[in-house]
Amino acid sequence: MRFELFPEYFPQLLAGVPMTLQLAALSLFLGFFLAVLLAVLRTSGIAPLVGFVKVYVYVFRGTPLLVQIFLIYYGTGQFDLIKQSFLWPVLREAYWCAIIAMTLNTGAYTSEIIRGGIESVAWGQVEAAKACGMNAWLRFRRVVFPQAIRQALPGYGNEIILMVKATSLASTITLLEVTGIARKIISQTYAPVELFVMAGAIYLTIVFTITRIVDLIEKRLSPERAAARGAKATAERDLASVH
Amino acid sequence: MGDWVSLLAWGDAGWGDEMVRGALWTLALSVVAFALGVLIGSFGAAAKLSHLPPLRWLGQGYTTVIRGVPDLLVIYLLFFGGNQAVMSIARGLFGYDGYIELNAFTIGAIALGTVSGAYSTEVIRGAVLAVPRGQLEAARACGMSGWLLFRRVLVPQVARYALPGLGNVWQLTLKDTSLISIVGLVEIMRSASIASGSTQKPFVFYLSAAVLYLVLTAGSNRAFGLAELWANRGVRRA
Repeated sequence: MRFELFPEYFPQLLAGVPMTLQLAALSLFLGFFLAVLLAVLRTSGIAPLVGFVKVYVYVFRGTPLLVQIFLIYYGTGQFDLIKQSFLWPVLREAYWCAIIAMTLNTGAYTSEIIRGGIESVAWGQVEAAKACGMNAWLRFRRVVFPQAIRQALPGYGNEIILMVKATSLASTITLLEVTGIARKIISQTYAPVELFVMAGAIYLTIVFTITRIVDLIEKRLSPERAAARGAKATAERDLASVH
Repeated sequence: MGDWVSLLAWGDAGWGDEMVRGALWTLALSVVAFALGVLIGSFGAAAKLSHLPPLRWLGQGYTTVIRGVPDLLVIYLLFFGGNQAVMSIARGLFGYDGYIELNAFTIGAIALGTVSGAYSTEVIRGAVLAVPRGQLEAARACGMSGWLLFRRVLVPQVARYALPGLGNVWQLTLKDTSLISIVGLVEIMRSASIASGSTQKPFVFYLSAAVLYLVLTAGSNRAFGLAELWANRGVRRA
């Protein structure tokens, strides 16, 4: 390992971090709305909609993200119809193709996470909300959704991390995020091990930071669990002091 | 649609046979990498559950790093660094000074095995912890030796608890094989990209690639479902 390469190339790799974070953040943001929509359709009980979401989720979870990215980036260029349409300025750009592919992909995974959250809300609460005269939208907004999100947060934290790691695939369609920059420098320096180790350290730091933030949000969103933990700890301390 | 069919025809005229051969390579690579991953995972779980702190730290470090870094990066690192490492080991241990190059399949299997091993470690560790302690105590009270206890009490139950999780790891490994195309193994993705390069019809071939992956994941999903039924054959459910 040639450590003298680190000070020179590490800042260059860091310059790719905004792109990595941007790709992850934008596709997670757009994917979240898609996921909520899909999860609502999936739990709607309307057969054709449920069927559509099932097929959508099945296809996007059953194929590699790389295929989805290539299909959108290279595949759409095959059709003259698309090339002449208003979509082409968007689909021509590697950046937007990566965003579209990752949004559709995370939408599928996240919708399953949110569905799990929605289905975990006790039916008695929905009945109680109905008895209070809440309409469907108000019930969803005030009773079901907040609890579903809280339930889904640990799973969603994993999805965020998976997406950050997935941004490295954008380097295969010429985008210069952390992995892309590492590959570019390697082609000039022939020092693959050093550069991939540096890039790995950057990803590890990002992932570690996100894990901590998600943990914090989880604690904030479940005050009653923190209270229960606190109460248990106090009880144990009291017991210990008695003995 | 007519030219789509002729593009995917079997034989020299079309690319159907090339795509299917790619799918077989994908399957072979996934099986080898998954098996390697389960092997690594068993040792990893043993390390993480060990009484010796250094082993625990090693296991923890392995799973944290691999799960915190993109799979593509691990593959690149082993692909570029792997040959160097093997050559320096050969020189150090056997005094062999020649050039060694591992083929794409071997490197791919090692890289994906390392990645899936980290996930398998967590799955197997959870499964070991799910076996009630009382059973191990009972087995010892019956006078079972360590190996007999491991073979008769631990392994059958760990296998049962770990199967659903390992099914997920398998799916992950299967989909991750697509990344090996970037380092040159002619599996599904590589076949699709060669075919679209020479026909200028990328949509057709990447779509067929997606279908092939779907067939593989759906088929193996069923296989894992059957394996779970078999592993749970002695369990009564309400």
